[in-house]
Amino acid sequence: MSRKISMKQAINEALDLEMRRDPTVIVMGEDIVGGTGAHGEDDAWGGVLGVTKGLYAKHGNRLMDTPLSESAYIGAAVGAAACGLRPVAELMFMDFMGVCFDQIFNQAAKFRYMFGGKAETPVVIRGMVGAGFRAAAQHSQMLTPLFTHIPGLKVVCPSNAYDAKGLLIQSIRDNDPVIFCEHKNLYGLECEVPAESYAIPFGEANVLRDGDDVTIVSYGLTVHRALEAATALAKDGTEAEVIDLRTLSPIDWDTIVESVERTGRLVVVDEAHPRCNLATDIAAFVGQNAFGALKAGVQMVTAPHTPVPFAPSLEDLYVPSADSIASAVRRTLSPKGARSIAA
Amino acid sequence: MSQNPFPLDKADLLKAYRTMRTIRDFEERLHVDFAKGDIPGFVHLYAGEEACATGIMMHLNDNDRIASTHRGHGHCIAKGVDVHAMMAEIYGRSTGACRGKGGSMHIADLSKGMMGANGILGAGAPLICGAALAAKVRGDRGVGITFVGDGASNQGTFLESLNLAAVWNLPVVFVVENNGYAESTAMEWAVSCDSYVDRATGFGMPGVTVDGTDFFAVYEAAGEIIRRARDGGGPALLECNMVRFYGHFEGDAQTYRAKGELEAIRASRDCLTILSERVIEAGVVSRDELQAIDREVADRIEDAVRAAKAAPLPEASDLLTDVYVAY
Repeated sequence: MSRKISMKQAINEALDLEMRRDPTVIVMGEDIVGGTGAHGEDDAWGGVLGVTKGLYAKHGNRLMDTPLSESAYIGAAVGAAACGLRPVAELMFMDFMGVCFDQIFNQAAKFRYMFGGKAETPVVIRGMVGAGFRAAAQHSQMLTPLFTHIPGLKVVCPSNAYDAKGLLIQSIRDNDPVIFCEHKNLYGLECEVPAESYAIPFGEANVLRDGDDVTIVSYGLTVHRALEAATALAKDGTEAEVIDLRTLSPIDWDTIVESVERTGRLVVVDEAHPRCNLATDIAAFVGQNAFGALKAGVQMVTAPHTPVPFAPSLEDLYVPSADSIASAVRRTLSPKGARSIAA
Repeated sequence: MSQNPFPLDKADLLKAYRTMRTIRDFEERLHVDFAKGDIPGFVHLYAGEEACATGIMMHLNDNDRIASTHRGHGHCIAKGVDVHAMMAEIYGRSTGACRGKGGSMHIADLSKGMMGANGILGAGAPLICGAALAAKVRGDRGVGITFVGDGASNQGTFLESLNLAAVWNLPVVFVVENNGYAESTAMEWAVSCDSYVDRATGFGMPGVTVDGTDFFAVYEAAGEIIRRARDGGGPALLECNMVRFYGHFEGDAQTYRAKGELEAIRASRDCLTILSERVIEAGVVSRDELQAIDREVADRIEDAVRAAKAAPLPEASDLLTDVYVAY
């Protein structure tokens, strides 16, 4: 049975289904139950934006509020994973990674290699990413490139409710540490989602729109901007293929290269800062592996090299827009764009 | 032989001595071989501190977890990690405990409940909270022990973990191995309180300070708080005051120490000498019995070094394996 639910509901449903299926799954985080130790309702918040609302009533103490203490509880999730549980730890805003990153990139990510293949650390760290929420510089970043840089981590960033459910279920079942990035401006977005359980394998991008003139690659919120741009471009007769990466590590190089070999043009859209991000990574990979297919220089559309601004008028300029993506596509189609490769 | 006045029977006394002697010989041998240039990287030796690891680990089984430090060889040996596998690891050989990929600072053996030495100071404290949480969820009566030096006792991870363990009532024992120096910096200067018991009290848990060169003092104090944790009584902190016979790392000239300091602590605070004299004096164990263990341990360490040197290096293909379970 399929029905329309939001990405927030889809994430809640994935947690519920996996907790039902596997008694070793526990969920922890700040206010994920809400009100622990206080005198009001038992399940007061269900997460700061209500993503885990209602799960406490179903699963009781397997949902654990934590002290406001990211290093300790993220590390505890990692340690528990190394000892046979499958913890899902919510880092309310992924920006808070700054205070607990050691437990993720020096501990969880390295156990397997450092210990000669003898450790498994099936932990999921899920949290909000992305701008557009008027949450300013410390609650709005797209830090995905920090995570994709680290061997041993897997990195996921869904663009819709269907993918969020299937990818979170896969993340919980996966035996490696997974950083699960939830774009806060997609929480309310609804789509058709089956009620039953399903897992979406990692490393399989989703081609959301077919086209032969240009390939647009993105993930998360900007996938929707890319689709808007593609609709606008189609009115001018340009057919863009839009690829949603879904998982950033592992990444589906084959689908990207296969598409570029057909279209000859590539625009990569990344909400992260411009240096050493997914866009530069993909541009470099295509430059090295599909150079002969390119009819124009690869275009990158990213956030600027600035912190996320607060003023709505500025923040709206910060996130890549459909217009900026369409402009980048037009640059690949212009004679100048074509010449840049010939030279 | 007179009546045994100790809280351990003779077999366990000999076991404790064997463990301590093994750690001492292991470290003394590394000291020599490192100076010869036989060992890559850097090593941090536990010599002088053996009574702490041993006195605690005598209370644990393979189901109990420990999270160690950069100075982890003693914890590994006392927790039952194979000495040959450890030596091969330190020599970077494929037969090592971590197939040569971890080295001295990352020796682990999860099957023995040894969750790893750790190159990041204080990082083991959150991890052991997770191990203890897993034991609590499973209800298997396992406990978690994390070690920090006086240096890492100032890390936020350690202090946060004290709070988390208390709030979640986890079966954790936080052991502060206070050897007086954070690398070269004096504990007396770098730690803002006079007593770790005060710190423990501040986090709502009992704290105990013992002479870490006295095996029996460690053994008895650890026994009580480990039992308490196992029975659901919650976390506790154990401070062991002890001495480090070598530098922070091998090659450390230790110019920060007072003149004559090292000679004095080796003469008066050698935990192995203290243990031997006590058990011999009490007439429970003979000097001959201890010397027999010394010979057995020396042979074992010699054999571990010989085997490590003869063992194959990791293959080039090993560079790329063991990053993920599946990718």
